[in-house]
Amino acid sequence: MKGKWLAALCTLPFLVFFFAFQIAPLLWITFNSLNSSQGWGLDNFREILGSPFYRQAIRFSLEISLWSSVLGLVIAVISSYSLHKVDSTLRGFVTAFTNMTSNFAGVPLAFAFIILLGFNGCLTLLLKQAGLIQDFNLYSKSGLILIYTYFQIPLGVLLLYPAFGALREEWRESAALLGANAWHYWRYIGLPILTPALLGTFIILLANALGAYATVYALTTGNFNVVPVRIAALVSGDIFLDPNMASALAMLLVALMALITVIHQWLLRRSYHVQR
Amino acid sequence: MSNAKLYHRLVVWLLFLILLLPLAATLVYSLATQWSATILPSGLTLKWYVALWNDPRFLVAFGHSLVVCVGALLLAIFLVLSLLFVIAYHFPKLDAVMNVLILLPFAVPPVVSSVGLLQLYASGPLPLIGTPWILIGCYFTIALPFMYRAISNNLQALNLRDLMDAAHLLGASTFRAALIVVLPNLRKGLMVALFLSFSFLMGEFVFANILVGGRYETLQVYLYSMRNGSGHFTSALVISYFLVVLLVTWVANSLNRDKQ
Repeated sequence: MKGKWLAALCTLPFLVFFFAFQIAPLLWITFNSLNSSQGWGLDNFREILGSPFYRQAIRFSLEISLWSSVLGLVIAVISSYSLHKVDSTLRGFVTAFTNMTSNFAGVPLAFAFIILLGFNGCLTLLLKQAGLIQDFNLYSKSGLILIYTYFQIPLGVLLLYPAFGALREEWRESAALLGANAWHYWRYIGLPILTPALLGTFIILLANALGAYATVYALTTGNFNVVPVRIAALVSGDIFLDPNMASALAMLLVALMALITVIHQWLLRRSYHVQR
Repeated sequence: MSNAKLYHRLVVWLLFLILLLPLAATLVYSLATQWSATILPSGLTLKWYVALWNDPRFLVAFGHSLVVCVGALLLAIFLVLSLLFVIAYHFPKLDAVMNVLILLPFAVPPVVSSVGLLQLYASGPLPLIGTPWILIGCYFTIALPFMYRAISNNLQALNLRDLMDAAHLLGASTFRAALIVVLPNLRKGLMVALFLSFSFLMGEFVFANILVGGRYETLQVYLYSMRNGSGHFTSALVISYFLVVLLVTWVANSLNRDKQ
């Protein structure tokens, strides 16, 4: 019995650190999101939802996250499937490279995109000369969707690639023998099997984009209005500090992620694969 | 070659090209003497790299990043190992609870955590803001899910109870058995997790910028502060950073391959 108590004592350092750097900040923002200059209550949240500025930040955050997740997922699905179909040398090389580029995000990525697609970026100039585009603004919503999609692709491939391993070649052959064409195969066999993996990956991409701060901050020096930029500006900006309001916005972001996770669980329960 | 095969090869090469493009552009830019308003640069040079690696501020920032990342990883090893030994040996049921808890660093973005951290540690008994200590603590939480999963998977593959019993029979104390019997068996899995965690901790910007900023400048904060300088110089910086990450991920991958 004494050994057990001694053992429990050994977990104490971990618990202290985990509490200090993960739980305590979360508790702080939970309490202080309810605290404002008018006293305790929901005033902060009321102000956020009533302000066109914050509503715009939420809308931009959602739009950029949704579009980049959808685009990233589609590209990841197409590439993961093809990765399974090519010879192992090429597959090994490209998966290893994808692995490495998953670390290419944030400030370095923003700088690379400025070189490539900024106002004088080489790709912008090339496409302009070819007459394919009139103008491209990397620092706009569509530019941000593009750069977010870029960092979603490696993550999507890493998460989805193993899932395609579950699709057995015999199933496709059996389906073909029974008279199914490619569309039937994907509609009734391929997609239902992949659904949980697709949903799970989509959720992770969405959460990844919603919380992303470094890329958009480095690209626009904090001038583009999305929720993470607003939160950071409220605690470390140089004009107007309001940690309580920042807490409320942060809670909103966390609530949004929790909501997405709940929807994910609900969809997962309805999906064919899990019901069996 | 059939049409389908050709299509799949094409898709995979296209993926590779898309992912390569920003990196390749940065690489060429870092080697260019001048490159503005034209599609290709006018000449090639290594002078930006020479300038970068002779900049004391860069070397200091690089050193700061190393200190913080290595410190955080050492802390993570110590904390996670002691926790996991105890869980695996005495309280196996707690593993389920921990699997939920370690999702928190994923679910709560750094920008959210930093709001609370900034208020809690700005003053008072623990004035950590602006010091490397706060980054070591925060980076521990970022690395935690990876370290925990890697070590836990390795521990489950071992027959922990038999190993410990055998060591006890031979007269070793529990602590000694854990240190010289179990730990060496975990080495490889631990190394892979360490190298992978290191490569993404080097890229961390949010905590470093909001909580510490210029007071203990890390590589990413230095990179950001150079945004108004020469684009060639920052490109050389991006490529140098990426080469370090490349090397570290490569080591992790080859270790991983040896293991299988």
